Amino acid sequence: MATITLDTVRKVYGGAVEAVKGVSIDIADGEFIVLVGPSGCGKSTLLRMVAGLEDITTGEIKIGDKVVNNVDPANRDIAMVFQNYALYPHMTVYNNLAYGLKNRGMAKDEIDRRVKEAARILEIGDYLDRKPRALSGGQRQRVAMGRAIVREPAAFLFDEPLSNLDAKLRVQMRVEIKRLQKSLKTTSVYVTHDQLEAMTLADRLVVLNGGNIEQIGAPIEVYDKPASTFVASFIGSPAMNLLKVKTDASGLAFETGAGLSGANPHGRDRYIAGVRPEHLDVVPAGSPEAALTLKAKVNVLEPVGAESYLYAECGDGGPEIVIRVESHAHFEPGQEIVLSAKAKDVHFFDADTGRRIDG
Amino acid sequence: MNRLKVGDHLILIAGVLFMVTPVVLAFLTSTHDNIEIFRTGLQFDFGNEFVSTYERVLTKAGGFTKEVNGFVMLKNSLILGIGFAVGKIVISMLAAYAIVYFRFPLATLCFWVIFCTLLLPLEVRILPSYEIVQKLGLVNTYTGLIVPLIASATGTFYFRQFFKSVPDELLEAARIDGAGPWKFFIDILVPLSKTMIAAIFIIMFVYGWNQYLWPTLITTDEGFFTLVRGIKQILQVWIGAQIPAYNDAMALAILAMLPPVIVVIVFQSWFIKGLVESDK
Repeated sequence: MATITLDTVRKVYGGAVEAVKGVSIDIADGEFIVLVGPSGCGKSTLLRMVAGLEDITTGEIKIGDKVVNNVDPANRDIAMVFQNYALYPHMTVYNNLAYGLKNRGMAKDEIDRRVKEAARILEIGDYLDRKPRALSGGQRQRVAMGRAIVREPAAFLFDEPLSNLDAKLRVQMRVEIKRLQKSLKTTSVYVTHDQLEAMTLADRLVVLNGGNIEQIGAPIEVYDKPASTFVASFIGSPAMNLLKVKTDASGLAFETGAGLSGANPHGRDRYIAGVRPEHLDVVPAGSPEAALTLKAKVNVLEPVGAESYLYAECGDGGPEIVIRVESHAHFEPGQEIVLSAKAKDVHFFDADTGRRIDG
Repeated sequence: MNRLKVGDHLILIAGVLFMVTPVVLAFLTSTHDNIEIFRTGLQFDFGNEFVSTYERVLTKAGGFTKEVNGFVMLKNSLILGIGFAVGKIVISMLAAYAIVYFRFPLATLCFWVIFCTLLLPLEVRILPSYEIVQKLGLVNTYTGLIVPLIASATGTFYFRQFFKSVPDELLEAARIDGAGPWKFFIDILVPLSKTMIAAIFIIMFVYGWNQYLWPTLITTDEGFFTLVRGIKQILQVWIGAQIPAYNDAMALAILAMLPPVIVVIVFQSWFIKGLVESDK
C-alpha cells in the first residue's frame, strides 16, 4: 500500500502530439481515484505511465517515496487489470494467477496459499483448472482481478475493466470492485469513460479533457459544483442543459430571443447558464419569478420507467433543453410550459473560457 | 436433388481416382518381379513378390559402393526432413520475434530484405551456396545438407503476421508479471504459436523430404543418400545387361511417400484442433 504522486507529468508522442499536458495528482494511501474523460483525453496514457508501460516525457511519478520514472513495470509493485482481461490463453486459471509470482521466485507453497486465498475472495475456486476460453466474460474478469490480488501490490491499476461486459454484469462487477477495494484498502487508479462508473466507484474523481485536468474532487462535489462547462456536460446523465445568455436592463435573456428571465447574478454581460434536468420544475403559468424562469414548447416525452425525460424547445427557435419529470406525467407535443430553477441549482460559467463563476 | 447428389459424387470419385490411381498402380506393380514388369508393363493386380521386394529394398545394400540400403536412406531422409522443418521454424520464429517486438534501426527494411529472398530460391543461388558449403568443408555432412536451407522468408512472414495478431495487452500483462523478453517468448508466444508451428511443420517437412537438387549436389557419399535420390540411383546403377529393377524403384517410391503422409495426418488433426479451439 502506498501513495502515488504525479508531478507535472507530460507525454509527448513523436515530438509533436501532446497527449498529457502537465498533470499533477496526489493520491492518498488506500484511496480510490477514478480518471474519467472522453476518448483521447489522455486518461489511459496517464495510467500506462503509472504502470510503466509508457515512458514519461517530463515530470515525475512517485509510488510511495520512490521515483519510478525509470523503473521496470515488474518492479513498481503495481498490478494492472486490462479491458480485454489479457489472460494467458494457454494457461489454466491457476497458472494465470501464479505466473507473476513464479517469475518472482516465490516459494511454491506461498504461491499456492495466495492463489487459493484470491480464488476464495473472488469465488473462482471451482475454475482453477480451466483455461480462460472455458470461462464467461464475468468469470474472466474475476480471474484478471485475481491476478492483481495475488501480487498484493502497492496499487491496483484498472484500465476500463468493465467495458467488455454486458450492462447487468457491469453493475454487479462494479459493486464488487468497490467492495473488494474497500476491504483490501489498496490504493487504486481506475480509468473509465463511463461517468456512472466514475461517480459510483470514486473516492475522488479526476475529470480529464484534452490532456488537462478539468477538475479533481469527490464525485458529489464535482456533480454539485462543476468547475467548467466540460465537466458540467460530462458528469451527470442526461447532461446538464447549457444555455448561452446575455444580460439587458431587466436581467438575463437569451441571445436569440425571448423565453428566459432571471436576475443577473455576477454583473457581467454574457454567461453560459447551466441547469441539470433534475433541477428544472414545470410550474403553472403566472408563478412568481424564480432564479431562472424559462418558457418552452414540448417536443418529445421519453419515458424510461422510474422517471421520464421531457425534451422542449426554449422560446422561439431557442436551444433544446431536457427536463426530468415524474414517470407518469403527461405532456402533448407542442404544449407550452413554464419551467423554473432555484438559485442554488443554476450554475454560471464564463461565456468565453467556460470556467465556473463563483461568488 | 437426388440426381445432383449423384453428379456430385461422380465428380468427387473422379477426383479421387485421378489422385490415387498412380499410387495404387505403383504399389501393385511393386509386388511383381521385374522381368514380368519389363515384359507386360504396369501391373493391375497384387503379385507374389510383396514381402521379398520390400525386404530387399529395405535391407539389401545397393548402389555403387553397396553401402546404402533402404533403412539408411529412410534415416537420411528423416534427418533432412525433420532438421529442415525444425531449423526453419526456430530460425523464422526468432526472426519474426525480433521484427515484431523489438524496435531496432531499419527493422522494416530488414523485414523486406528477408522477404525479398523469396525471389531467390535455392535453384538461383545454388552455385554460390555450394561454393560456400564446400569451402566450409561441409560436403557430405548432415550440417551441409540442412543448414544452408533453413533460412525461411515464408516462415518469417507467417510468424510475423501471427505475432502481430497477438494482443499487445498480453505482452504488457507479462511485463507487469515480471517476464523478460526471453521468458515472454518461451512462456507465452511459443505455446500460443502451437497451431502455427504445426502448420509450418507440415509444409516444411514435406518440402524438405522432397528436396532433390541440393542433396544431389552436396552428398556424393552414398551413405548420405536420401530416399528421393535413391529411387533414381537404383534405376541408374542397375542399368546395363540387367533389367532395371522397376519393382524395387516402385517400392522405394511407396516407402518415400509414407512418412510425409503420416506427418500430414498426425499434424493435421492437431492443426484442426487448434483452429477449432480458438485460443486467443
